[in-house]
Amino acid sequence: MNTQHSRRGFLGLAGLSVVTLAACSTSPAAPAAATPKSGGRLRAAFAGGGAKEVLDPHLANLFNEAARAKAVYDKLADLGADVAAQPRLAEKWEPNADLTRWRVTLRQAVFHDGKPVRAQDVLSSYARILDPGKAFRAKASLSLIDLANSRAVDDRTVEFALKRPYVEFPNALAAFGAYIVPEDTQDFTRPVGSGPFRFVSFEPGKSVLLKKNSDYWEGAPYLDELEFIIANEESARTNALLGGQVEYAHDLTPTTARSHASGGKVTIHRSPNSAVQGFAMKLDRAPFDNRDLREALFLLADRPQLVESTLAGSGQVANDLFGKGYQFYAGDIPQRERDLDKAKALIKKAGAEGLTIKLDTSTAAAGMVEAATIFADQAKGSGLTIEVVTGNKDTYWADTLKNGSLSSFRSGAMPIESHIAQRLLTTSTTNTTKWTRPEFDALYQKAVSTSDTQARAAVYGEMQRSLHADGGYLLWGFADWIVGTSPKVGGVATAPANTLDWARFDKVWLG
Amino acid sequence: MISYAARRLALGVGQVLAVVTVVFLLVQALPGDAAVALAGDDPDPARIELIRAAMGLDQPPLRRFGDWLWGLLHLDFGVSLVSGRPVADFLATGLAPTALLAALTLVLLVPLSILVGVAAALREGSPLDRALTSVSVGLHSIPEFALAVVLIAVFGVGLGWVPPTAVGGLTPAVLVLPLLVLLARPICSISRLVRAGMIEALSSDYVRHARRLGIDVRRIRFAHALPNALAPAVQQVARTTDWLLGGVIVVEAVFVIPGLGTVLVDAVASRDLPVVQGLAVVFAVTTVAVNLLADLAAFRLAPRSR
Repeated sequence: MNTQHSRRGFLGLAGLSVVTLAACSTSPAAPAAATPKSGGRLRAAFAGGGAKEVLDPHLANLFNEAARAKAVYDKLADLGADVAAQPRLAEKWEPNADLTRWRVTLRQAVFHDGKPVRAQDVLSSYARILDPGKAFRAKASLSLIDLANSRAVDDRTVEFALKRPYVEFPNALAAFGAYIVPEDTQDFTRPVGSGPFRFVSFEPGKSVLLKKNSDYWEGAPYLDELEFIIANEESARTNALLGGQVEYAHDLTPTTARSHASGGKVTIHRSPNSAVQGFAMKLDRAPFDNRDLREALFLLADRPQLVESTLAGSGQVANDLFGKGYQFYAGDIPQRERDLDKAKALIKKAGAEGLTIKLDTSTAAAGMVEAATIFADQAKGSGLTIEVVTGNKDTYWADTLKNGSLSSFRSGAMPIESHIAQRLLTTSTTNTTKWTRPEFDALYQKAVSTSDTQARAAVYGEMQRSLHADGGYLLWGFADWIVGTSPKVGGVATAPANTLDWARFDKVWLG
Repeated sequence: MISYAARRLALGVGQVLAVVTVVFLLVQALPGDAAVALAGDDPDPARIELIRAAMGLDQPPLRRFGDWLWGLLHLDFGVSLVSGRPVADFLATGLAPTALLAALTLVLLVPLSILVGVAAALREGSPLDRALTSVSVGLHSIPEFALAVVLIAVFGVGLGWVPPTAVGGLTPAVLVLPLLVLLARPICSISRLVRAGMIEALSSDYVRHARRLGIDVRRIRFAHALPNALAPAVQQVARTTDWLLGGVIVVEAVFVIPGLGTVLVDAVASRDLPVVQGLAVVFAVTTVAVNLLADLAAFRLAPRSR
C-alpha cells in the first residue's frame, strides 16, 4: 500500500543545487533519447491510493496525484532547483515597502476550455482552499492572505493583502496543492486546468490518461499522450519497466537502482538531496528536555554508516540541519562527527547511564526501520540503551506528533522557511520536537520581514546555528530520489519530489 | 436435502452478519481512523478534526454501524469515507478481475487435479507417482509471493515470454503467470486427496466385487471409484475458494491487477470502514455460498458419507 504500497507521498519539496543538477541530469542516455522528438504515449507507473485517489488538485496528497495535478494545472509559482520560488502563472510579483501588499501580474494563459486565466480565477481558487470548513493541504501556507482585502485590479493583476509582513510570500504561491482552477469549479470529474496536458479519462486506482495541450503557454509538450498507471509495489513498477509495459517508473529503491544501473535495459535517474532522514527528540519531556542528552545522541550517530547501510550509498551525510544545498542553508556550520567518548561523558553528566529509551519507528517511509535499528546498534556501549519500537505505519505521523520522546523522521524537500514555519515555531501545527522558543519565533518574524536577501540569510543562519547546537532534530542523511525510465526516454530532469522539474512530463520525449 | 439446504442458508445469513460485526469491531480496534490516515505526514490536529467532521466520524461508532446495516438491508453499501464514491462502485470495478482470476483458477483446478491425482493413483508406487509426489510436496511449500517473484523474473523479465505485470489490461498472455501462481498450491493438495481417495476406493470391497463380476476396468475406475474418491476433494476445492480470496491479494499486488484484493488492502490502510465492510460482505457471502454448494455436491457424490 500506500505503500503502501504503501508509499505515501512525502510531500514537501526536495531541492538540489544548480551544480548538482547539471552534474547529475540524465544519466548516460542512449543515442535515441539524445535529441528531442515529438509524439507517442508515455506510460508512467506510480504508487497510488486506490479509494483515496482524487482528481481535485487541491486535495492532492500522494505523489501520483501531485504529478497529475502538475500535468493538468498550474500554480502561480513553483520551486526551482535551489528550492526557492520562481514565477509560473504569475509573470512577476512586487511587494509594497512593508511587505504586506503584493501585486501579482498573471501571464497570458488559457484554460483547456479556451477561457483565459484571470485574476478572478486566482482569487476564487484561493478562496476555495481557505474555506474554514475544509482541510485542504495548502490552507496553512495561504492562511496569511487577507482575502477580504485582496482584489482583482484587472483581469491579469491580483493585489493580495497579507495579515502581516511576509517576504517569502512566493513560497506560499508555490505551496503544495495551491493550483489555479477556473472560477467556482466544484466538480473535478473532468478537470479543466491551464497545464501542459488535457484530461481524457480516469479509472480510480488504475489509470489516468491525458493528451497534450498544444496551446500551453510555455510551449506544447513533446508527448502526444501521457498515461499515469498505478502500481503500488516497487517490484511491480520495476518489472513493468523491465518488461516494456511502462516507460517511466517512479520511486525505486537504491537496491533496484544498483541492480539495474549498468544492465542497459533501464536508465536510472537520481535526484540528490531529495528527502532528509533522521530522528526527532521531544524537548518538552524527559529525557530529552536535558540538552546534554540531546548532544550525546548527536555525537552517537555514525552518519556515514547510516547513509551507507540504509540508503545503500544513494545519499549524502546530513549535519542535523534541513535543506542542504537549498537557498539560505547554513553550509558554514562544521559537520558533526561521531564521538563516543564525549557522548559517554555527556550521558554520565546527564545522569542517564543505564537508561533505556524507546525509539518509535514504522514503515511509513522507506528506510526508517532500518535506520532506527542501525542507530540502536551504534548506541551500544554508550551507557544508553535504545529500544526500537515499530508502530503502525498508517497513523505514524499523527502518533509521533503527540507520543513518545524519540521517533524516526523523514521529510521531503521544501524551502527552509517552510520547514521552520511548519515545524519549529511555537504556533507550528506539526512541531514534533516541541521546539518552542520565543527568541527563535522572534528571529523568524524578523527574517520574514527583512527585504534584503543577505540580511535575511544572516538571520536564517543564526536560527540554524541555534537549531544545530540545541535542537531536537538529529538529521543524518539526505536520500536520493530514484526514478527509472526506458533508455529511449529523454529530457528527464533529476529534480527532487515536488519541485517544478520533478515528474514533469511536458519536457520529456520518447526517442 | 431441501430442508438441509434451507437450514444451511439461514446459518449462512447469521455467519455473514457475524463476520461483518467482527470486521467492524476489528477496524474500530485498529489505531487511528480514516482522518488520521488521510492526513498522513501532515498531521495538523485542527486539520484532522476538519477531515473527521467532513467524513462524519464525529458520529458515535454504534450509530454509524447501525446506519450502515440499515442501508445494507436496502442493498445500499454506503459511500467511501475517503473519496465519497459509492462503495458499490469499488466492488463493481474490483469484482471483474478478481472473479475472472478465481473462476479461471477453479475451472482449471478441478480437471488438472483429477488428472494428476488419478494418474498417480493408477500407478501407485511407480516412478511417475513418486515424481508427482515430490513435485507437489515441493511446490506446496513455496509461498505464492516467492513463486510469483521467481516466475516473473524468469518468464516475464528474463525470457520475455509473457508480460511481467497486468499493467495495460488483463489479456490472456497476462493471465498466464498469475494463474500458475494461484494454481500451484491447490493442485498439489487436491491431487494428493484425489490420489489417496482413488487408491482407497480401488482397494475397497465394492470395487473388488465389481471386478469379480467382470465389469470393464475403466468403468469401475471412472464411474464407481472416482466419484467416491472425489468427495473429500470437493470439500478441499471449497476450502481452496476461501483460500483464493486471500491468495488474490498477494497475486493482485505483485502483478498489478486492480481487483478486490487491492481494494481491500487500500481500504484497510486508509481505514475506509464502509469499503472494508462492503468487501467483508462480499467475501463472507462468497465463502458461505461456496461451502454450502460444496457440501451439497459432496452429499450428491457420495451419499454413503451421510
